[in-house]
Amino acid sequence: MANQVSSLSENIVIALNTVYTMWLREMLRFRRSKSRIIGSLATPLFFLVILGTAFNSSFEMRGGGQTNIDFLAPGIIGMAILFSSLIGGVSIIWDREFGFLKEILIAPVPRFFVALGKALGGVTTAMIQGTLIMLIAFVIGVEYQSYIGMAASVGVMLLIGLGFIGLGIALASQIESHEGFQLIMTFITMPVLLLSGAFFRIGDLPSWLKTLVYLDPLTYGIMALRYTLMGETEIPIHICIAVLFLFAAATIGLGGYMFQKAKT
Amino acid sequence: MNTPAIETFNLTRRFGDIVAVDNINIQVNNGELFGLLGPNGAGKTTLINMLSTMVTPSNGSAKVWGADITKNSSLVRKNIGMVFQGTTLDDKLTGKENLDLHGRLYGLPKQLRKQRIADVLELVELDDKADVIVKTYSGGMMRRLEIARGLMHHPKVLFLDEPTLGLDPQTRNHIWDYIRQLNKEKNVTIMLTTHYMEEADHLCNRIAIIDFGQVKALDTPENLKNALGGDVIILSVETRKLASRLLDLYNRNGSAGSVQQKDSSIYITIKDGAGQIPHVLKIASDAGINVLSVDLHRPTLDDVFLSYTGRAIREEETSSVDRIAHNLQARRH
Ligand SMILES: Nc1ncnc2c1ncn2[C@@H]1O[C@H](COP(=O)(O)OP(=O)(O)OP(=O)(O)O)[C@@H](O)[C@H]1O
Ligand SMILES: [Mg+2]
Repeated sequence: MANQVSSLSENIVIALNTVYTMWLREMLRFRRSKSRIIGSLATPLFFLVILGTAFNSSFEMRGGGQTNIDFLAPGIIGMAILFSSLIGGVSIIWDREFGFLKEILIAPVPRFFVALGKALGGVTTAMIQGTLIMLIAFVIGVEYQSYIGMAASVGVMLLIGLGFIGLGIALASQIESHEGFQLIMTFITMPVLLLSGAFFRIGDLPSWLKTLVYLDPLTYGIMALRYTLMGETEIPIHICIAVLFLFAAATIGLGGYMFQKAKT
Repeated sequence: MNTPAIETFNLTRRFGDIVAVDNINIQVNNGELFGLLGPNGAGKTTLINMLSTMVTPSNGSAKVWGADITKNSSLVRKNIGMVFQGTTLDDKLTGKENLDLHGRLYGLPKQLRKQRIADVLELVELDDKADVIVKTYSGGMMRRLEIARGLMHHPKVLFLDEPTLGLDPQTRNHIWDYIRQLNKEKNVTIMLTTHYMEEADHLCNRIAIIDFGQVKALDTPENLKNALGGDVIILSVETRKLASRLLDLYNRNGSAGSVQQKDSSIYITIKDGAGQIPHVLKIASDAGINVLSVDLHRPTLDDVFLSYTGRAIREEETSSVDRIAHNLQARRH
């Protein structure tokens, strides 16, 4: 039968079309949720301003003329990407609850590419938020090393975002209620954030804690951002990029696989 | 196409101990408007979800437009449209955006997509709401938008799960007209589920009455009604107890026809109903049972349903008690 033997190029067109459609949906929704965008910017900026100022007056960071707010900025951007991308992936739970997931699952398109499109849409959202925070921080006085570094940071945000959105999709494909969502937020987001070196230097830590920090994928994201934005890092940049890349590939693969098995 | 549009072979689905769909064998012809009629929990949604590849069968198989629902599910998905029982719209987007995404998922090129969006919006009379966020739509408007979306890609077979559930009579009539038109003019094969008798009666070429996952009867609405033979007499008495007593007496008198009880009424299906009324009234008065009212009518689908399942379709309470009993029985085996 002719329509069973579709050519490779036809499949590629279908795959790209599916990815684009799912991406487009995320963008259309993003455009409608202005209050969500503002809300999602406020939390990281509170962290940056209040923690940055408090750390400054309560203790002195070792080394260099760098102020604490400069040290914190990459960590806060990483935090925003973490929140935004995990929520983006986990939003599949809402799609299921409001029924739209059925409309997607019954469409004659490969589910792996549905998941990929959803991921790219969520990551785009996360990158827009991360970039806005980076720029607002700049306006309120954070000093970055260079414009090229700022541009490179957007690429790092992409890698961090893909990693965590893939994780979010994999988890959401298994979890059926939004109580599950609360569990994810408590038992994944917080440890991942607190262990990441977003708020402290790794070198000063006791070795048990240091091990946990090295096991946290977000650590490599924060270090990469600190490298591109501030020109300093405690982990060599090529290792950071390699780890981020592998993490993203692994979770996107896992997320796509789990989504194929997702229940309606 | 000579093969049936839909064909099932011992199609079965279990959820734990519950057999939601139990060995169903049906054939739906090309161009037919076919109805699945049954009470809550009868298995209608499960059956339609299996045929649309959303639920996998536990046993048996089925073909939709020639393709096997498990072995060739992506081909099945290409050929069908589906309107689910609950809403599946993205309520943060406008009506038009929902349709546009659907068109893209079904691979419609830009010009065709635009054309089809305009066509279906006009058909369900939502043109003026096209650019409004779906969240602000009424239930009937959402339902119409979903139907519009389900046929935008011109499916060969359209599944409608309770298309008019909870809608006001005016909107319901409107959607009925629309379904008829689709079936006649576009020659779309349609399978719909409902527990509204009028819907099944007025709309469908053939009906399968489903209860406890099984097909109890399958025919045209006319044949199903005629098969009951004759008229239906309804006698209402004061209490349920008196009704069962009257039923008992009626049977013991060796009277003709079939008789069924529902609450404090008995339903007698019999030829020449008018001529039988005095006979029945005499039985009642001999036993000193006060008859409150007598009604005589041609059989309706309600009567058909009652005769095949032993209860009326809207008796939700009794039906759930029956269901528990049924499930307990299933568990014991
Ligand atoms: N996912 C599920 N898990 C467990 N049981 C289920 C599931 N889906 C359906 N059932 C059970 O299968 C039976 C048939 O359900 P189904 O939804 O198919 O009925 P229905 O005829 O569509 O009813 P309604 O008129 O209420 O929509 C019911 O007993 C229901 O509880
Ligand atoms: Mg149902």
